[in-house]
Amino acid sequence: MTSAVAAPARRRADHGAWFLVLPALVPILLLSVGPLLYGIALAFTDAQSGRTAAAQWTGVLNFQDLLHDRLFWESFRIGLLWAVGVTVPQFLLGLGLALLLNQNLRFRWLARSLAIIPWAMPEVVVAIMWRLVYHPDAGVLNETLSGLGLGGDTDWLSGLATALPAVILVGVWAGMPQTTVTLLAGLQNTPHELHEAAALDGAGAWRRFRAVTWPALRPVALSVSALNLIWNFNAFALVYVLTGGGPGGRTRLPMLFAYEEAFRYGQFGYAAAMGCVMVAVISVLLAGYLAGRLKGDDAR
Amino acid sequence: MTSRIHGTRRTGRAGRTPRTPRTPRAGRAGRGARTRRAGRTPRTRRAGRAAQYAALAAYLVFLGFPLLWLLSTAFKPPRELGSLHPTWLPEDPTLDNFRQAFEEQPLLHAALNSLTAALCAAVIAVVLATPTAFVLARRRGRLATAATGWVVVSQAFPFVLVIIPLFLVLKNLRLINSMPGLILVYVVWSLPFALWMLVGYVRAVPPELEEAAAMDGAGRLRTLVSVVAPLLAPGIVATALFAFITAWNEFFFALVLLKTPEKQTLPVVLTHFLGAEGAADLGPLAAAAFLATLPSLVVFAVIQKRITGGLAAGAVKS
Repeated sequence: MTSAVAAPARRRADHGAWFLVLPALVPILLLSVGPLLYGIALAFTDAQSGRTAAAQWTGVLNFQDLLHDRLFWESFRIGLLWAVGVTVPQFLLGLGLALLLNQNLRFRWLARSLAIIPWAMPEVVVAIMWRLVYHPDAGVLNETLSGLGLGGDTDWLSGLATALPAVILVGVWAGMPQTTVTLLAGLQNTPHELHEAAALDGAGAWRRFRAVTWPALRPVALSVSALNLIWNFNAFALVYVLTGGGPGGRTRLPMLFAYEEAFRYGQFGYAAAMGCVMVAVISVLLAGYLAGRLKGDDAR
Repeated sequence: MTSRIHGTRRTGRAGRTPRTPRTPRAGRAGRGARTRRAGRTPRTRRAGRAAQYAALAAYLVFLGFPLLWLLSTAFKPPRELGSLHPTWLPEDPTLDNFRQAFEEQPLLHAALNSLTAALCAAVIAVVLATPTAFVLARRRGRLATAATGWVVVSQAFPFVLVIIPLFLVLKNLRLINSMPGLILVYVVWSLPFALWMLVGYVRAVPPELEEAAAMDGAGRLRTLVSVVAPLLAPGIVATALFAFITAWNEFFFALVLLKTPEKQTLPVVLTHFLGAEGAADLGPLAAAAFLATLPSLVVFAVIQKRITGGLAAGAVKS
């Protein structure tokens, strides 16, 4: 990472530099690092909304309770299902599309312009839009399905079996464009000459992908999937507006569960403990991501 | 969370547009030569093309149909919304839903709140981040590494762990249900990413320029303001616009921190339409949702190329 830096620039970085760093670092330390540590501390107390001053240290009690909280593990399982269920199609479809949009096709401009829209939309609007699509009577999905003779009176978001898949589909829709655009940009960084050389040598499309495209794309693919996995695990707004965690908790992602625990039932300490467990899981993912990334850097 | 941007950093080549056609235009003409080179018959080649267009069409439908449905619903009169067989396009388009949306919820006021929060957050974040980015970009040491690491980490931890303590702190400062409190959270929340973007932009400015300024006797601040800042201006604007969209679209913090309807931002007010779930509300809901998207769409269209370029650069190289 430390590439050549002009020596004079480094020498000039005297103590005066510190005054320039403070404006951003002080607020970050006070309002981001600080609360994070405070939040971890809260996980070991019985803090509740309205009586935080009287909070007592309870040690690992919250974590012990979590261990026996069936609902929490259920939401954790749903969270993992959702995160993987969204990230994998996002990546596979995104990769396919990126390869497609890398070709010289007509209407490619249309696809690219459209791809930007879901990305710029507020998550709340995306969720509202899909509620309109899934609407049991006035929705376009049921209407289309019944037009094709495939049923057409499913209440997608309220069905115990359909809610999670329905929500996952929205997650894929909302996050795929960004994955696609990133992978596409990665594709365009791969040297074209290699492709041509491989084609001249008689390599088919699959072999060219395996031997030329994929090795060059791997670092991008890795960061995209790792970060998508983390963000999807932390998702809130989309599912909160789509189903509110229902029906019967079938789409209650960990963030929704923790939000309810903290701001509906006022259990700050308990919710903070949930946050800590989530951080622990994410740290593992993040460590994997950083390790992979360093390896990718070495390879370059 | 709306900052669904891969932890990226801009580098010098980041401003690139994702344009593909490096291959010679291989439309209908010139297919023969390429086919022979790839050792394939024209027929499989044509079938491959057809499959590609089919895939592209499927993608456009998947991407486009919810958008079209939102638009269509927004312009439908109640009679059509209640119909058992809704049509793709409104048969009798109306603007009534928009009028009704404004009557049902304080949309204008909410939009003003969103605008205030997003503008203030964007400006403050950029003003705070620019000098720091300048130092971090030119100095590589433990501090710079730690700051960069923090950017990645801060994008990753669940907000709920941060919002509970922030809620308590802001409550003690009497900043719950207030615009300054929300802006404070947005500034801090967008700072790491703003830093990351700006560091990339600063690195793209050749250090020689600063050295030349130093030779001429300009101090650090003077160099920053009169030499580097003008070159950085486009990057600063892009960063600010990005912070603006992020705050405009943000939902979670606003939901937790804003209690009364007259303080709430647009995304939170939009969810009020969902309260009573009658068919009659679908029209205004769609209309309001459509309106709420417009500003971020416009801003995004402006900075889109910069973001996608930065994404690639950041994702490839840490």
